[in-house]
Amino acid sequence: MDWQALSLSLQLAAATALLLLPFAVWLARRLAWSPFRGQGAIEAAILLPLVLPPTVLGYYLLLGFGGASPLAELYHALTGRALVFTFDGLLAASLIFNLPFAVQPMQRAFAAIPREVREAAWVSGLSRWQTFLRVELPLAWPGIAAALALTFAHTLGEFGVVLMVGGSLPGETRTIAIAIYDQAQAFNDSAAAGMSALLLVLSFIAVALVSRLGRSVTGR
Amino acid sequence: MTLSARLEQSAPIPLAADITCANGELLALVGPSGSGKSTILRCLAGLHRPTGGHVRCADETWFDAGRGVNVTPQQRRVGFVFQHYALFPHLTALANVALALHHLPAHQRAAKARQWLARANLEGLETRRPGELSGGQQQRVALARALAREPQVLLLDEPFSAVDQVTRRKLLRQLIELRRSLAIPIVLVTHDLEEASLLADRMTVLHHGRTLQTAPPDEMLARPVSALVARLTDQPNLFVGQVRQQSPESDTTVVEWLGRPLLATHQPDFAVGDTVCWLVPEGGVVLVREHQVDRENTVAARVSERLAWRGHATVTARVADRRDAALSFAIGASVAQRRGIDPGASVLLQLQKSAIRLIPADPAIIAQLGAAGDLPP
Repeated sequence: MDWQALSLSLQLAAATALLLLPFAVWLARRLAWSPFRGQGAIEAAILLPLVLPPTVLGYYLLLGFGGASPLAELYHALTGRALVFTFDGLLAASLIFNLPFAVQPMQRAFAAIPREVREAAWVSGLSRWQTFLRVELPLAWPGIAAALALTFAHTLGEFGVVLMVGGSLPGETRTIAIAIYDQAQAFNDSAAAGMSALLLVLSFIAVALVSRLGRSVTGR
Repeated sequence: MTLSARLEQSAPIPLAADITCANGELLALVGPSGSGKSTILRCLAGLHRPTGGHVRCADETWFDAGRGVNVTPQQRRVGFVFQHYALFPHLTALANVALALHHLPAHQRAAKARQWLARANLEGLETRRPGELSGGQQQRVALARALAREPQVLLLDEPFSAVDQVTRRKLLRQLIELRRSLAIPIVLVTHDLEEASLLADRMTVLHHGRTLQTAPPDEMLARPVSALVARLTDQPNLFVGQVRQQSPESDTTVVEWLGRPLLATHQPDFAVGDTVCWLVPEGGVVLVREHQVDRENTVAARVSERLAWRGHATVTARVADRRDAALSFAIGASVAQRRGIDPGASVLLQLQKSAIRLIPADPAIIAQLGAAGDLPP
């Protein structure tokens, strides 16, 4: 078992889920309740990571994050660090390829809250922020939790994009999925089997959780 | 604390509405679906912003398009009962009401919410969630929540449409009871004219977002200002005729209808020769016996339909067997049975002179009324 890779994967998954949470909530509410011009294109763009081959997405991210790109220069000026073959770049890529997993369940959860229920909160005197905390969040939390679980599990398992953007630097970019690949390539079957079994269990738990949360939304 | 509003917009639903409602008054907004009733309520509550006009309550301006004033729903102090109640599904009945008590210190809210639930006859149901309450109970929680805010205006959007008939009658009685103790303007949106007549001090008829007439329910039925209002208030006895004679000295206007003269009280706004719509409320149509045939405005008709309900019968009878000359009137169900008022029976009906009302002719309505006449009897 490559504990370092497991630890890195868990850090990456947790950071992705936490950083994506506020943005995804904002975007999901926006998409659910305030239709705007070009919404279809935005929704399609969010879904792209689901259908694009990870190598294609990884290739474009590599272009965008590469040393000469404006984004990389800006990031370097701000932090002194690079975006390719670093944990930072991996995290940035992870935020992008997880967008559909984070936004979609939340959007469905917010869209299920009737407009009148939010309006009832407003005419009852609750500010927009109080309405969000007291009414919207408690009603949408199964969707939000499902989004977090999906994002977490998907980050643990992502391979192609991670390999393209991060490579396989121990302690920096070698996630557990990459470690499994490396061990399998080296015919180290027992290590590959152990780590694969662990990922299998973690993924199963996440998916079971999502399906249970989904039932609690529809069963209400 | 009078509420007054002028609301204008051209889209998505056109509005050109004038609303006034005094303290303690219940104003019913009636009209067909899509006539803008609910949009008007939403404008009053601040949930929808029209393009023009104003909303004033007491000495506060809540909305003024000209001055750019638009007070938020939170600041308007409005009690709003939504059509499907819009209770917070994750909260108990008590918490639903307590959430509207944010103007009170936190430690007082639960006790106050309990009081409001008790006033709505909901003791013992405090810990139930909306999903565990019946439709009628949900409506009362919604009403308690609306009143808990101690609103300056109470707005009710079809509050009885989502409950069964029996519950509806019970809730109607409770609302009639409750409103005696409320000294604020109450605006009720309904498509149910019976409900409006029972509850409202005045009603406003709307069509395509335009307020056509505002009057007490009885007056609205007796004296609609236009044929359209008569149609929208479901007046059954609306016909087309021609003014034949104006006799102020005998307080009479004579209208010709199906070739016979009908006497109405003098209505000077119409000239001899004018084509007019005229109506007689159901209460102005009286069943008379054969020896009374010489009475004024007596017409022979054949019964085409009898609907009995709770001791009352609504009878429709056609004059000259014409479908576009069907007079509707109400009598006791036992009288109808005793006198053999069954479909096919011949009856003599007197149209009471004082009840006949002339209305300016409306080509669209005349076309509708006339279309029926072209059909075979």
